[in-house]
Amino acid sequence: MSGPGAPGTVDAPEAAGQAPPPGRDLRPPGRRRPRRQSLRARLRRDWPLLAMTAPAAALLLVFHYLPTLGNVIAFQDYNPFVGDDPIEAFLYSEWIGFGNFEVLFSDPLFWDAVRNTLTITAFQLVFFFPLPIMLAILLNSLVSGRVRGFVQSVVYLPHFFSWVLVVTFFVQMLGGAGLLAQEMREAGLQPWNVMTNPDTFIVLVTAEAVWKDLGWGAIVFLAALAAIDPNLYEAAAADGAGRWRRLWHITLPGLRPVIVLLLIMRLGDALSVGFEQFILQREAVGRDAAEVLDTFVYYQAIATQQWGLGAAAGLFKAVVGLILIVAANKVAHRLGEQGVYSRS
Amino acid sequence: MTVKLKDATVASATGGVPPRRSRNRRPPWEEPPTPLGLFGKGVVLVLLVAAVLVPLWAVLVTSLASRETIDAAGGMVMVPREIDPSAYLTIFNGGQITRAVWISTLVTVLGTTVSLALTVLAAYGLSRPGSVGHRGLLFFFLLTFLIFPGLVPSYLVVTGLGLKDSIWSLILPSAISVFNLVVIRAFFMNVPGELLDSARIDGAGEFRILTRIMLPLSKAVIAVVGLFYAVGYWNAYFNSVLYIDDNDKFPIQRVLQSYILAGQSPNVSGAAVSLPGVTAYPPTLAVKMAVVVVTVVPALIVYPFVQRHFTKGVITGAVKG
Repeated sequence: MSGPGAPGTVDAPEAAGQAPPPGRDLRPPGRRRPRRQSLRARLRRDWPLLAMTAPAAALLLVFHYLPTLGNVIAFQDYNPFVGDDPIEAFLYSEWIGFGNFEVLFSDPLFWDAVRNTLTITAFQLVFFFPLPIMLAILLNSLVSGRVRGFVQSVVYLPHFFSWVLVVTFFVQMLGGAGLLAQEMREAGLQPWNVMTNPDTFIVLVTAEAVWKDLGWGAIVFLAALAAIDPNLYEAAAADGAGRWRRLWHITLPGLRPVIVLLLIMRLGDALSVGFEQFILQREAVGRDAAEVLDTFVYYQAIATQQWGLGAAAGLFKAVVGLILIVAANKVAHRLGEQGVYSRS
Repeated sequence: MTVKLKDATVASATGGVPPRRSRNRRPPWEEPPTPLGLFGKGVVLVLLVAAVLVPLWAVLVTSLASRETIDAAGGMVMVPREIDPSAYLTIFNGGQITRAVWISTLVTVLGTTVSLALTVLAAYGLSRPGSVGHRGLLFFFLLTFLIFPGLVPSYLVVTGLGLKDSIWSLILPSAISVFNLVVIRAFFMNVPGELLDSARIDGAGEFRILTRIMLPLSKAVIAVVGLFYAVGYWNAYFNSVLYIDDNDKFPIQRVLQSYILAGQSPNVSGAAVSLPGVTAYPPTLAVKMAVVVVTVVPALIVYPFVQRHFTKGVITGAVKG
């Protein structure tokens, strides 16, 4: 580093060894916790760090926390036309207490949306969640590194496709004018169209989610598998444990912390099931099957401009989600797992 | 980090074979695979790979097929008979799709630049425990994982700021991914403090330390995060439904949606392409599939570069997050 000459204040304590003059421009070594200095001295030292953090913090403040506070319009009969801008409209709108929630909770469409959301979440917990674990174990069992690398590259790929693309691929493959229907017609069969069938919609969305994120989901488990001590397997094999017993007694316990972590995150997110995916297909399958909480908010609030009602539904979702994730985390701590966050 | 160490021990135990290939031979204590098991694994793997590659192949071949080939196949084409670029010439001949590609490219480049710059700066600003306000600021950032704004207030804030129909509405609300920030911060925090101290003694300020020491040391992770951001911007669809009403400002995903899923015909100006040896009016299906290919291509280009690194990035995020 041939920077400008070092300021004398830094050199002096170096030479003096253990006794730095208090309160001067001395930076503590590395990121060790500094001794207590006056706030002003620490500010003088750290202001560049604060300045660097400020733009990102400002964006979060405006586009994350301000809307979070804006949720209070759930308690208003929010009317954007009583003021010139949203802030003014907010100030002049009438407070109606829990009125929006009363309307919301007495709306059967809302409960349909909640039921759909929870059904899809439960379905995907059973039929999607275990698949990346299985794939990771399968890939990990491959002896040939080359085959494994190839399969990994291919199955990770759809994660980088947008939902519009994923749905497009499904339409072109399985839709009424897609490849499958074409082949079936040629074979003299009656083609069926899974893309517009409300009864099988839950299977379809799960298949799409699997197609998109199966490989990606396996990455974390592959890493956890690589961290399992191979000596454990050898010792178990020497003691006569077959491959299934090794899977049960070594592999799965080794994956347990990751599985718990991801389960918690999924539970905390139980009320969201992939917004774009559902918005894109709601028209084709109809509301009965495809209306989830997020699409409900969009169609019942933004499209019809019932802002207070939409905010109430959004707030309901946020609060329930927060409760779920905190509760799931508590349970994980109780079970002796690390969970998503801890109090340190 | 544990993963890396483990790999290293495995590699040294097996005589310096690189970690990836360290399992290239079956350990002696493991029982030989049963034929049925091998067959089952093979079938599953082939199906998985086919499920991804067959749709890609069908779309690519159809986009390059002529009208006769498409008619003969009755729709999607699996066997290429000729290469007819007229569909591509049509969509790049001006008109809505060309414009959408430009808009998406602009949003992606601009957005990635803004996101990456602000994320790196904030990650560095938050990488020094014990600095003024460190705990509070970190909490401020991490709390976004637990508390979400609803759709309606977000919409009102963005429109209230006058961003409707501006491409900034596709960038600013999602510009900071705290997850990415945490990943980069973890890398910064792993840089040995002695290195920073020596730079400081030589008189380097924080900004110089960031650009001269931190960035060169964490090039790989920053590249990966940048590519994640880029893919995110390119793939975003719903924010344009919320904030963009002007047809001329639709990004490519929006056009793809309205054109293929909602079945509207794109307004391709000057659809007739007059080039020697080229169909004058390319078949609609080929044009549609060409739009799909155009939407896929950026992901395919980016993919090989990230692929080597993202395991590391994902794990760091998962562990340190």
